[in-house]
Amino acid sequence: MELSSLEMRLIDTYQRGFPFCEKPFAAVGELMGASEQEVIEAVLHLQEVGVLSRLGPVFDHKKAGASTLAAVAVPESDIDAVAATISQFPEVNHNYAREHEYNIWFVVTTSDQEQLEATLDRIEIACGYPVMSLPMIHSFHIDLGFQVDWSHAHGRVE
Amino acid sequence: MNIPMMTTAQMQHLKVLVQSGLPIAERPYLALAERVGVTEAAVIRMLDLWHQEGLIKRFGLVVKHRALGYRANAMVVWDIPDADVPVVGEKLASSAAVTLCYQRPRQLPKWPYNLFCMIHGRSRESVLAQLARLVEQHQLHSIPKDVLFSYKEFKQCGARYVSELSDPSAVTGVLASKKKCDLGLVAYSGPKAVAKDISLRGH
Repeated sequence: MELSSLEMRLIDTYQRGFPFCEKPFAAVGELMGASEQEVIEAVLHLQEVGVLSRLGPVFDHKKAGASTLAAVAVPESDIDAVAATISQFPEVNHNYAREHEYNIWFVVTTSDQEQLEATLDRIEIACGYPVMSLPMIHSFHIDLGFQVDWSHAHGRVE
Repeated sequence: MNIPMMTTAQMQHLKVLVQSGLPIAERPYLALAERVGVTEAAVIRMLDLWHQEGLIKRFGLVVKHRALGYRANAMVVWDIPDADVPVVGEKLASSAAVTLCYQRPRQLPKWPYNLFCMIHGRSRESVLAQLARLVEQHQLHSIPKDVLFSYKEFKQCGARYVSELSDPSAVTGVLASKKKCDLGLVAYSGPKAVAKDISLRGH
């Protein structure tokens, strides 16, 4: 599966600054030399092949609610079961295994600090291991999206 | 700027709906407006305002790195004297290789690291090469660090800032976002798989 030139250009250009206007896909098309329908089809195709998670906002964690990065250290044999328990919480939106003694890493997001702490407590009880919470103190990164090096993949989707 | 005509409950509802993504159709903001019960203009102005205020950091395509061939990602954690964190943080964040760079608290004695950054790459090797360049470029040789490659994705979906309970009228939005959430076990670059991948590529 290969991406079209329009699809690659959309990824390069519109990870930020998607227009706020009545017909945003037409506005994007005008700037990219494509029709409204072509842009809509390209975005739908990106979604279909699993490249697009969503078209929408990335909220500022600190301004939009409370969130933290948390980790637990579990025996390797327990990792899938514990991770599944953690993933069941709707407040958990990312959950990864990483190569470290702390081998399950997840992000918990709630609407306020009180709920965040209550959720961490419930996760700790549910999974049976101590949860280490590492809330963000400061972000040094301005989120501009992700720069894709197409020269390597030639738009091939895996 | 005029404040858009929207109640607090409607704003919450809009947040819930939009955080799972726009409908991909000619008038996406109109579709949201109809569900929230406000005008299309109010939705557009509200989103624009949130964006200007910085509540929305960016608005656009949120891509999955892995689908684009960026199969390896490492969280690199550093133990830096607190006073040096701002300088080193800015340096790391300015690199194109780094996709996130946060200061977080230490949790001594088990966790001595206070600066976190994320590096994505097409392979484990390319992530390590990018890291080596960063260390060289910014003279970070003496700083203790650890590299935590991910090897399984258990869950990935957009953050939901508005809880289901805080806004009962928003249930449909929450359900929609749940549906989009990849739940389950996706093993993609386990330590062994990565080694195999590298040998197959031969570089």
